[in-house]
Amino acid sequence: MTNRITSLVGLAIVTAVVAIIPFVAPNSFYLDLAIRTGINAVVVLGLNLLIGFAGQISLGHAGFIGLGAFASAVLPTHFGWHPLAAMAAGSLAAGALAAVVARPIFRLRGHYLAMATLGLGIIVNIVLRNEAQWTGGPDGMPVPAMTLFGIDVVSDRQWYWIVGALLLVSIWASLNLIDSPFGRAMRALHGSEVAARVVGVDVTRYKVAVFVMSAMFAGLMGSVTAHYVGFVSPALADFGHSVELLTMVVVGGMASVFGSVVGAVLLTALPQLLATLEGWETVAYGAVLVLCMIFLPKGLVPTLAARFERRRR
Amino acid sequence: MRGVFKTLVGGIVLAAGIAQAALAVEPIKVGSVLSVTGAAAYLGDPELKTLQMYVKKLNAEGGLLGRPLELVHYDDGSDANKANAFAKRLVDDDKVDFIVGGTTTGSTMSMVPIVEKAGVPFMSLAGAVVVVEPVKKWVFKASTTDRIAAERVLYDMKQRGITKIALLSDTSGFGQSGRTQTLSVLAKYGVSLVADETFGTKDTDATPQLTKIRNAPGIQAIFVFGFGQGPALVTKNIRQLGIDLPVYHAHGVGSDEFIRIAGPAAEGVKALAPALMIADHLADGDPQKPVVSAYVKTYTDTWKEGVSMFGGQAHDNFFIVVDAIRRAGTTDKAKVREEIEKTSKWIGTGGEVNMSATDHMGFDLWGLRLLEVKNGVWVEAK
Amino acid sequence: MLAQLLQFSFSGLTVGATYALAALGFTLIYNASHVINFAQGEFIMIGGMLAVFLVGLGVPLPFAIVLAVAVAALVGVLMEKLAIEPVGRGDTLALVIVTIGVSLVLRGAVQVWLGKGSHALPSFSGDAPILIGGAALMPQSLWVLATSAAVVVALAWFFERTLAGKAMLATAINRTAAELVGIDTDRVLRVSFALSAALGALGGILITPITLTSFDVGIMLGLKGFAAAVVGGLGSGLGAIVGGLLVGLIEAFCAGWLSSSYKDAVPFVLILFILFFLPSGLFGPKTTERV
Repeated sequence: MTNRITSLVGLAIVTAVVAIIPFVAPNSFYLDLAIRTGINAVVVLGLNLLIGFAGQISLGHAGFIGLGAFASAVLPTHFGWHPLAAMAAGSLAAGALAAVVARPIFRLRGHYLAMATLGLGIIVNIVLRNEAQWTGGPDGMPVPAMTLFGIDVVSDRQWYWIVGALLLVSIWASLNLIDSPFGRAMRALHGSEVAARVVGVDVTRYKVAVFVMSAMFAGLMGSVTAHYVGFVSPALADFGHSVELLTMVVVGGMASVFGSVVGAVLLTALPQLLATLEGWETVAYGAVLVLCMIFLPKGLVPTLAARFERRRR
Repeated sequence: MRGVFKTLVGGIVLAAGIAQAALAVEPIKVGSVLSVTGAAAYLGDPELKTLQMYVKKLNAEGGLLGRPLELVHYDDGSDANKANAFAKRLVDDDKVDFIVGGTTTGSTMSMVPIVEKAGVPFMSLAGAVVVVEPVKKWVFKASTTDRIAAERVLYDMKQRGITKIALLSDTSGFGQSGRTQTLSVLAKYGVSLVADETFGTKDTDATPQLTKIRNAPGIQAIFVFGFGQGPALVTKNIRQLGIDLPVYHAHGVGSDEFIRIAGPAAEGVKALAPALMIADHLADGDPQKPVVSAYVKTYTDTWKEGVSMFGGQAHDNFFIVVDAIRRAGTTDKAKVREEIEKTSKWIGTGGEVNMSATDHMGFDLWGLRLLEVKNGVWVEAK
Repeated sequence: MLAQLLQFSFSGLTVGATYALAALGFTLIYNASHVINFAQGEFIMIGGMLAVFLVGLGVPLPFAIVLAVAVAALVGVLMEKLAIEPVGRGDTLALVIVTIGVSLVLRGAVQVWLGKGSHALPSFSGDAPILIGGAALMPQSLWVLATSAAVVVALAWFFERTLAGKAMLATAINRTAAELVGIDTDRVLRVSFALSAALGALGGILITPITLTSFDVGIMLGLKGFAAAVVGGLGSGLGAIVGGLLVGLIEAFCAGWLSSSYKDAVPFVLILFILFFLPSGLFGPKTTERV
């Protein structure tokens, strides 16, 4: 029960922060940073469900983001689709691709998903770079504005509230998911696969479901990124981007919903802080990863939470 | 209590005074987003060095309009999505007076919506023609485009009676946009493709593609469209396979580094580059001689390394704005934009620039020179 | 036609040999720790860049090669000591993430130290191609192939004839059992890292005269070496070699016959294909185990 209270308190804090930011942000650059953080946080939540609750890592989530983003760019531009339809299509395509790959992979045990997603992400990236007549090639292409109920959504503030709402809904959904029978089954998987199987949990089906869901999250946020930025390029689907997302999970805390948010906040801001640190950026990024794994192996939020608990006792 | 109040008021007055003083010498802010790391680092690195060097130099000479210059630079790591975020930061947070940069076409195009919305003069350093076609109000690009490069090479081929060629383009935005533009102007010069291949910018071997090219029927020349180490590798591979055809490169290899990497294989290779690359060989009467020599001297003295055309482009774009601000006598963005558009008969390292309301690039076919490697150095091709 | 076939094969085998060396590196570390070392590509980069740097200082090429390989091996040991050991053996996932972190640190450090430019090394024995059946074979390719073959023979000898090698094999097969018979598995891990780093660096130096090098060559070479290891079957030495050559050959033929734009996708399509239909790779152990 206390767990539930902690979750609600956390949700309330995030809601308050989301509500306050637009009124304290000195200018729209900070709003922009907040929007990008929110987008990352939603993707990382999905990734964290996969990692934290199914014990599998994906090294190709940027590929799913790329699929969503380019669906939103290509379908309205070349085929005259409504942006919302394109957005749904992108997310579904990401999910479908994940499902196709996941079924054979999850029959295996071990870190095969990492290898498969690594390959998948890079293939998506190469296709996006090569099919220039549709995707604009390595230079990317502009994205038509999103229209909702006949209104063009273009301003930073509009996007801020959309992303903010998406983030809160995702957090709420994730928290509920963890408490649901489905979530319990997922955690059982992480604990012991054999035990889960013995009590009649269909291991493969749940793993596939989690993976597909996280891919759809990523695809959806790819679409949002595309419309918000107004421009897409294949760099969105880079291996490096997948690694960044993974880093957010690791720093914030695996298997921790609020850890995902904290990880996204810290690591979206970090490159901005390092931007003037010519050249050392890559080193700093790598060092953060290594140091985190050595000193905070569970991630920031779970480690701090544990320390807090101990002190209270 | 009174004392506290007095101090407080005094403090506020003092602070206001400082703010006032700061306002009087408020620097002119030069924003830039360049690809200093990542795939396009080869281009972005000399661009940044050039900007840093001239901002420092101008400040040492008393600044611009009596105000010092301040360079605010962000590295997009050759990632167009990052360029977009940094452009926002430059416009909204740093409140820069103008922007130089967008090393690659992708980065530039992702920055365009932001500068257009905010109304900030923007000098792109990218290569593709889409940057200035159609004309965008706030976007300029005083550097040559890929279409001009393609036409210049095809023109030379036509002069030499070459009609059947192989095109080998790299998979970067530079190469692919170059490929599209080449295809669009082939017919104009009566040249046809007998092979159309690509290679990756980080490829380690292009011999399979070249084997195919070697066997293409009737082939008379190879046109390589790429930048960085890729074309140097291709050049090595061509000679290794014993292919003895004329080799043309576009405007992405004009640096001493190319010759250093390709080694003896570079001998006899033709490439497009601005006059900058043959500074020592320019005739005394050449209109570009003074500006080119000055740039080469300043750059090599400061950085102890050879110049590249990309740094030269940064120089040109930066000084076109500096001169526009001088003419306008203000940093008012609309006025500066108008003055940039009025740039005419302006001689830079890349050639003569003539901008207008319908042409935000201002170069013709002759800004680029056709160079050839002779005895390990670039000289103008005969 | 035959000339074309030969040319593609030469190209594929040369590139494939470097993938094979990288794949062997992955295999060594995987066997000792079940960790997929994403910094393997950086060892390749370090080898090439260091050799270029040393030759630039005036060090004669043979010494530069030995020194570069030695330094890379030292980097490998340091990586194990400073980054892998503190995390501990338990969490494979954490270890994989650590290797990604280390790869970023190494790449960034070399970029700051030696710059962003591309560099070449002179070929070891000239640039005059040897013509065979109308196809050109570069002398440097022979160096790559011969050295790779020599390394494979040396490794085979090491594993079968020396105590250290046998200890490593034993650890790979069953770590707990190895510890029980008194093998210092931490040392085995350190030796694995040193050996992998040295192998990668050697490969990196050998191909630099052909392919050039720069601070970021490690990303793609590493990923393709990894693909080769998966294709061959993670954990199998023979698999790593065959996988590497196979990936190189298919890539070359794809570039020549199908599409040069899609040749980079070849190793990754192969990964998916193998995982779908032959999950333990061509030569991998037949039981896959949860780690």
